[in-house]
Amino acid sequence: MNAENPLIFGEGPLQSAVGGCFPGERAVFRGRDLHAHLRDADWLDLYLFGITGRQHTPEQLKVLHAIWVNTSYPDARLWNNRVAALAGSARSTGTLALAAALATSEAAIYGRQIDIACADFLERAQQSTQAGANLDDVVRDELKRNRSIGGYGRPVARSANDERIGPILEVAARQGFANGKHVRLAFAIEEILLNGRWRMRMNYAALAAALALDIGLTPNEYYLYLFPAFLAGMPPCYIEASQRPAQTTLPLRCSAIDYVGPDRRFW
Amino acid sequence: MTAPRLRTAIWNEEAASGDPFTAESCYCHGYDVFGEILEKASYPEYLYLLFRGEKPAPATARALEILAVALANPGPRDPSVHAAMAAGVGGSPAAAVLMAALASGAGVSGGAREIFRSMELWQTCGCSLAAWQQALHPSTEKSAGQRRSVWPENEHPPGFAAYSPQFALPVRQTLAALSRVLSADKLAWLHSQREALEQLADSPLAMTGVAAAALTDLGFSPADGEMLALLLRLPGAAAHALEQGRNGIRHFPFFTIDIPNDPGPQTGDSYGER
Repeated sequence: MNAENPLIFGEGPLQSAVGGCFPGERAVFRGRDLHAHLRDADWLDLYLFGITGRQHTPEQLKVLHAIWVNTSYPDARLWNNRVAALAGSARSTGTLALAAALATSEAAIYGRQIDIACADFLERAQQSTQAGANLDDVVRDELKRNRSIGGYGRPVARSANDERIGPILEVAARQGFANGKHVRLAFAIEEILLNGRWRMRMNYAALAAALALDIGLTPNEYYLYLFPAFLAGMPPCYIEASQRPAQTTLPLRCSAIDYVGPDRRFW
Repeated sequence: MTAPRLRTAIWNEEAASGDPFTAESCYCHGYDVFGEILEKASYPEYLYLLFRGEKPAPATARALEILAVALANPGPRDPSVHAAMAAGVGGSPAAAVLMAALASGAGVSGGAREIFRSMELWQTCGCSLAAWQQALHPSTEKSAGQRRSVWPENEHPPGFAAYSPQFALPVRQTLAALSRVLSADKLAWLHSQREALEQLADSPLAMTGVAAAALTDLGFSPADGEMLALLLRLPGAAAHALEQGRNGIRHFPFFTIDIPNDPGPQTGDSYGER
């Protein structure tokens, strides 16, 4: 057997710098004693400490809390929330409903796939312009490579204003984050996209990513921070569906199927 | 109010008289499911029909069946089955067990996303060694500026073993069995050019690579193939999880841990130091 095989190095005790528990005694969380050092922690601060290894200021946490709060929509028609509602309608468990709905939030047209791409683009655009590139060229190049820019336009209302932008900007302004370099960049990109032939407005994803980058999160950290972003809107959808008679949430008749496949045929 | 309509080319139903919510007949791509398919088609034939919209040729259905058997149980050491057992041993709901298997079997290292990426390579490179050479050693310039994905980057060439130094016998046996029933181009070429490809990849062919070639030959897209790979690997995860649930937590490995930055027992409270 090859002694260089990483699987052999992986054998033996689990090497971990993120922590572990000593039942009946204590727990370690990223090098700190959870119950001695972190017992009063704000949950979001602890969550971010787990992701980044850094603690955040109350002002930063207020903005990051507000990013979650202002996109929590208990609307069971929304695709991810619908998963929670349908699970409630079918009398599944609450945890299964919410876990599946959160996993669904890693969508390509909204949610986590957009979020990480958007944060990554803003970071690259910031670096490019700082190195002397023209922002118009950066935007044009991105559209050429990837056809769209996550965080601009919306799946259900491409050119509509995003109702979440005003409230989150107001919170950001109060905490001193409304004018960071990534926020200014996000607005400058919107101006280019609005004035060009694309007619796309900035949506919440771009502004939220910009605020998080200004707070110091990397795109990967931002992606993990956002995991529970839609969560608060989901339990109400599950609960309400659970309270209706079973299977009566969003029912479809046989005639609702708009069949466009082959005619009747025989095996 | 306009009633919502669900557009599909897969499924049609006729309602029972007097009950618009109960189907009396169900048709899959035009075939009567309960009136005909139920007794005439095998499970692989029905699976193929669902995904591809056509009744498969006998060799195609047989190849899908062989692949389903090969993928059904990667064994209890595989991360997806290990995850399912970790859920099962604690008594988590059956759906949580399968969700655990799906999440851990979905990745770019040994999982369904690796099969997706390997199928993309088959689509791009086909049976050209020169194209494989280029694809397995892409220039960094090409990937610069591409939209960041939620999926991690490859740490080894998709379809090839991450660590194994040799072409594993079960992979060899699966490739041989599939090649015997499926004479289509990619598998046959893989069979004949395996060693050359392994040299290019600097690692032996893996089960993910054989599955990707077979799924491509069967006409599935990378997205179809990824989904099928996830589905086909669930039986082993389910069976092992149920077994560990019966065995109990005391018989399931827990592992020891080494925490290099362990502060040791503490008494003070210093939260708030930033």
